[in-house]
Amino acid sequence: MYEFVTGPLAIFAFVVFFVGVIWRAIWYIRGLNWQMDRVAYGQNVVYGLKGAIRSIVRWLIPFGTHGWRFYPGFTILVFTFHVCLLVTPVFLLGHNLLLEERWGFRLPSLPEAVADVMTLAVMVAAVFILLRRIALPEVRILTKTYDIVLILIAVAPFLTGFIAYHQLGDYKFWLIAHILCGEIMLVAIPLTKLSHFILFFLSRAQLGMDFGTKRGGMKSSGLPW
Amino acid sequence: MPEGILCNKKPVDTVDQLQALLADKSGKQYYEEMKQLDVNGDALWATLQKTLKSRLRTWLEICAHCGMCADSCFFYLANGRDPEQVPSYKIQSTLGELVRRKGQVDNAFMHYVMDTAWSKCTCCNRCAMYCPFGIDMGVMFGYVRGLCFSQGFVPWELKIGSGMHRIYRAQMDVTTEDWVETCGWMCEEYEEDWPGLEFPVDKPNADIIYTVNAREVKHYPEDLAEAAILFHLAGENWTVPSEGWEETSLAMFAGDWEGCKKQVESVYAAMDRLKPKRMVVTECGHAYRATVIEGPFWAGLKSGRTPVESFHYVEWVAEALRTGKLKIDPSKRIKEPVTYQDSCNYIRNAGLRSCAREIMSYIAEDFREMAPCGEHNFCCGGGGGLNGIGRYREARNVGLKVKRDQILATGAKLVVSPCHNCWDAIRDMEEIYHIGIRWSFLKPLLLKMVVVPEHLRPEE
Repeated sequence: MYEFVTGPLAIFAFVVFFVGVIWRAIWYIRGLNWQMDRVAYGQNVVYGLKGAIRSIVRWLIPFGTHGWRFYPGFTILVFTFHVCLLVTPVFLLGHNLLLEERWGFRLPSLPEAVADVMTLAVMVAAVFILLRRIALPEVRILTKTYDIVLILIAVAPFLTGFIAYHQLGDYKFWLIAHILCGEIMLVAIPLTKLSHFILFFLSRAQLGMDFGTKRGGMKSSGLPW
Repeated sequence: MPEGILCNKKPVDTVDQLQALLADKSGKQYYEEMKQLDVNGDALWATLQKTLKSRLRTWLEICAHCGMCADSCFFYLANGRDPEQVPSYKIQSTLGELVRRKGQVDNAFMHYVMDTAWSKCTCCNRCAMYCPFGIDMGVMFGYVRGLCFSQGFVPWELKIGSGMHRIYRAQMDVTTEDWVETCGWMCEEYEEDWPGLEFPVDKPNADIIYTVNAREVKHYPEDLAEAAILFHLAGENWTVPSEGWEETSLAMFAGDWEGCKKQVESVYAAMDRLKPKRMVVTECGHAYRATVIEGPFWAGLKSGRTPVESFHYVEWVAEALRTGKLKIDPSKRIKEPVTYQDSCNYIRNAGLRSCAREIMSYIAEDFREMAPCGEHNFCCGGGGGLNGIGRYREARNVGLKVKRDQILATGAKLVVSPCHNCWDAIRDMEEIYHIGIRWSFLKPLLLKMVVVPEHLRPEE
């Protein structure tokens, strides 16, 4: 089982992930239409790029926009969740040892205690994000089962990894569960709303170009996001 | 009954059709017929497949349902934080549903879509600034309006408005003769007070071609005179076109894209014909948005720019004050507290915030910003055609509360509002809520305080 989930299944998951993400990006860009979107993409490229970069960078900075500043608590949750979710698996010692063993190279690793705290942070942030969904009427009305399932897909690798690492149960079982959950998440990224992994950047770039060229960017210092 | 006599899927293209609609007071019969109107689900689905491209699909799909757009919407705030007014909910329950059901929806659903698209969204685009994914629900509701229009589910006034553009190339039944006559009349009326005043029509190669809002011609001709006087005082070499003078687009509010195209092409044809150096648009927000910002795309101009460079009136005023073409008598500046209504269409969606501030620095001694202001300002409450729709009057009046409170918080009793829509909304706000404010376009204010050069003064 272990051989299967870390062998063919892992390769399958990574292929779906990489091909899917690239396909999403190509699909998005090819689907842009200057006349239908009413944005002259090929014109005023410098303004367009400037608008796109501003639009992405400002939203990547915690409290960098009016929106983030308006909801400080949620902003902390969102950034904690996303930063820990992206950084922990890539720089985890265990993952890098495996990487070295299989493919002969490794990335720098986080101290194990730090990775542990970050794993917990993902789970705690997720709990509060879920509570917020239920507690606030303006979020509750938007919430679908799908939204909850996606949070569970995103958190599952962390929960199972945490249990396995601390050997809180049957190590073998939880390790395989962890690997499977990770693979489910990888596959889910291009196939679900988790595609915002790539589409966040493309969508923000598109709106940034819109405001950067057509909607005022050429007559002002840029939209104050 | 599939198609009504008045309410149907056909746009208004003849004077007879238009007269029949106008004769139906408040659209009583029109809305009755709408209750029976069939929905062509296959046509809707075909349109969705053809026009719902990756940008809109992505917006619909990746919306995280986080609710960060809620507080950006003045309707949400004005309606006691009603969750059904959250922008994401509004678009997911309309366009999102249309896509999920592959266009196979019924009459009642289309009524819901229409009511949402016109009475719960003014397409102010404020939510776009607050969505982490950059989802612009104003743009999406513009798209939804187009779908509604194609199925005949469009408010009565806007069906008429779009018809006006199709027939008269103006939002009202103002013919070329009416327009040219009004220009001549205004010139005669004021030339005694302003010696040498001209109202040049169709003058080729002028520095400025000036274009207006048909309301000015029909109801406020003195606005035209004021524009002429200010150009005269500034020594501008200007003209108006006999055809292609109308900048507004109720067709845009209606979602009648073909009507939009016809309208802006008439203006661009005037530019091509008269070859002016640049165009200046009157104090109207959506007119500028339609003809200068969106219009080139309807007309298929790949550059995304109008044939000659185009300016909103506030840009011209700021420039005239900066360069000294117009000089303000310091003793006549506005002394009382005064605030400025940032129009969504030329501030948030066209970047002219600093022009407005520059003008206020010349004309006002106690200028007070609203909070929030500039690009983040709230819609006046009557944008996107909402001011003019009887069916949604009550919803509009509730929405005005946010702007009312913003104005009151400044302590100013005078609101400078260089946008017809905002001007109307603020006028109605006073009528409904009696808060003791006054409102004005820039032109009458400027005329009261501008220095008249010696040689342009009337002989005593």
